[in-house]
Amino acid sequence: MLEIKNLKSRIGDSEILRGLSLSVNAGEVHAIMGPNGSGKSTLAQVVAGHEDYEVTGGSVTFKGQDLLQLEPEERARNGIFLGFQYPVEIPGVNNAYLLKAALNAKRKHQGIDEIDAFEFLKLAKEKMAMLGMDPKFLNRGVNEGFSGGEKKRNEILQMAMLEPELAILDETDSGLDIDALKAVAQGVNSLRGPDRAIILVTHYQRLLDYIEPDFVHVLSQGQIIKSGDKMLAHELEEKGYDWVREAANG
Amino acid sequence: MSTESENIEGFVNRRYEHGFVTDIATESFPPGLDENVVRAISARKNEPEWLLEWRLQAYRQWLEMKEPEWAHLHYPKIEYDQISYFAAPKSDEDRPKSLDEVDPKLLETYDKLGIPLHERARLAGVAVDAVFDSVSVATTFKDKLADAGVIFCSFSEAVIEHPELVKQYLGSVVPRRDNYFAALNSAVFSDGSFVYIPKGVRCPMELSTYFRINAANTGQFERTLIVAEEGSYVSYLEGCTAPMRDENQLHAAIVELVALDDAEIKYSTVQNWYPGDENGVGGIYNFVTKRGDCRGKNSKISWTQVETGSAITWKYPSCLLRGENSVGEFYSVAVTNNLQQADTGTKMIHIGRNTRSTIVSKGISAGRAQQSYRGLVRIMPQAAGARNHTQCDSLLIGKNCGAHTFPYMEIKHPSAKVEHEATTSKISADQLFYCRQRGISEEDAVNMIVNGFCKEVFKELPMEFAVEAQALLNVSLEGAVG
Repeated sequence: MLEIKNLKSRIGDSEILRGLSLSVNAGEVHAIMGPNGSGKSTLAQVVAGHEDYEVTGGSVTFKGQDLLQLEPEERARNGIFLGFQYPVEIPGVNNAYLLKAALNAKRKHQGIDEIDAFEFLKLAKEKMAMLGMDPKFLNRGVNEGFSGGEKKRNEILQMAMLEPELAILDETDSGLDIDALKAVAQGVNSLRGPDRAIILVTHYQRLLDYIEPDFVHVLSQGQIIKSGDKMLAHELEEKGYDWVREAANG
Repeated sequence: MSTESENIEGFVNRRYEHGFVTDIATESFPPGLDENVVRAISARKNEPEWLLEWRLQAYRQWLEMKEPEWAHLHYPKIEYDQISYFAAPKSDEDRPKSLDEVDPKLLETYDKLGIPLHERARLAGVAVDAVFDSVSVATTFKDKLADAGVIFCSFSEAVIEHPELVKQYLGSVVPRRDNYFAALNSAVFSDGSFVYIPKGVRCPMELSTYFRINAANTGQFERTLIVAEEGSYVSYLEGCTAPMRDENQLHAAIVELVALDDAEIKYSTVQNWYPGDENGVGGIYNFVTKRGDCRGKNSKISWTQVETGSAITWKYPSCLLRGENSVGEFYSVAVTNNLQQADTGTKMIHIGRNTRSTIVSKGISAGRAQQSYRGLVRIMPQAAGARNHTQCDSLLIGKNCGAHTFPYMEIKHPSAKVEHEATTSKISADQLFYCRQRGISEEDAVNMIVNGFCKEVFKELPMEFAVEAQALLNVSLEGAVG
């Protein structure tokens, strides 16, 4: 589904991704771990199409299509969702309004009619119940005055509504209490299926107790230096990152 | 950040959609202003002697006044000698009695503006008094209004048909020498609208006028007077647009509103005059004096405006809250793009006891535009229990524009309660990227954010006007991105 080959990217003068390769198939959950500054968030932003990150080499294809040629909104409509580490506030824009606009942009792309108001509300309430969110959130400004945990749940709500084929969640677990973490995990697990893939960018093993990954990758200095199964995450939790780095350098 | 600024530069590249000139022979006075011109205007309109005298006094007062320079506006000096002070379509001699008799070219003009006049009038049940250049050409729904006792006609007609009302109220809210532009208007005003709602009558439909400037080099000097008698109600809609021109066009209108005991006037404006091109060439100079007088107890005057046009805007729709418990409201959205400049706001003068006022001002600046909010809240010594709440928000798009706030408060009664809230925000690259990552195009994202910013004001507009206003805003900021 997603094929990243020897990807190089920089922001300003600093090179962050230095030849990263990753292959993600439908039905898989990948966890990307690594120390601060290793390039985890950059990877997420480059796949989503953030214009501040310049791609200087390599390729990214999604469903066989050259992803780097597409605008961010086209990537989104094609099925890529990024759960932001720091979701931005948009005061005055109703949460429901944004959700509906996003949903309809995707439906239009797929040649489906716009969702009608009742159907939308029903769907939104259903998803919110699953995530333990108060329906009142629909009528608030997008992330306006939300707590850290509320913002993350809101990201998952958007994901649950849009049902992307590839979801990249950038440190969605950071700053969550245990209840919120469980709710988020439930939202993510509900999306799992043979046609979809999920990439979890995280610092901690904790999230992976609730969302079991098929693959775990360690990112360091802009490259994947080790890949394994979920046992690798436990090992990292116990021993930290240094042994992996040493092994890679040695 | 570089991508953001590129996006924002792109914002500036939209074309004025209504830039065309209708080819109707216009009969204009030669440029220049003296007493003879004032006499000629008055004579053309068959005005009574008292009104001519009134105009002449205004003219003499104007000669002694100085053009104000305190506004945060920069423009070349206006050459008052180069302006023609009267223009009327040729067909003036033989005024149409109904829309069917209206010059088809004129109707075509409205069509180009997206205002199919008769259709709109019939469908929406709105009475339309269309002002083309300086003379009213079509008035509809007169019968229905007449049944209710409502007078809605051109100002010139009111002078002839209802001289006693005009004489009683003309200049009673905005005195001739109120300010430089008011004095000029009082001397040379061409036409406009007159509305009279009798005691206890709720006007059966929303009243609407479309103003349009058409003749080159012709300043427009509209004059609107609305009187709401005891216990009456009226909602008046004003919408404007103008064709593309290279010379700056001066517009100095006056609107006077009078609300007596328990009366309510709701005055809504959507203004889309030609703002000039990307380099600031052309565009309307808009110096307007709008004032409402809550003369009676429990009266209410509400101004709602959506301003996207004009090169220069100088405008402060105000309320004189004389009557006990009277209420003044001002809801405004002003958009400035490219090199547009606006110095706009309101004045709330609390005179009566327990008077209340609300000010909600939303300013949006893009391109290299400069926008100032200038608001005065004055609580007079006799205005016990007066209340004001002001909210003043600015939204900046790009980094080359400016927003300025000049709030003035003069409080002379200890029981007054005056609140002022102000915010300045920016459409950030992060917000746009967030929306795009959700599949929403950049342009839709900007519209969504702008409309979200303005919704407090839009909800004050009559329904169909709100839809129009929203569309207008989207057009005004079109091309802002990409």
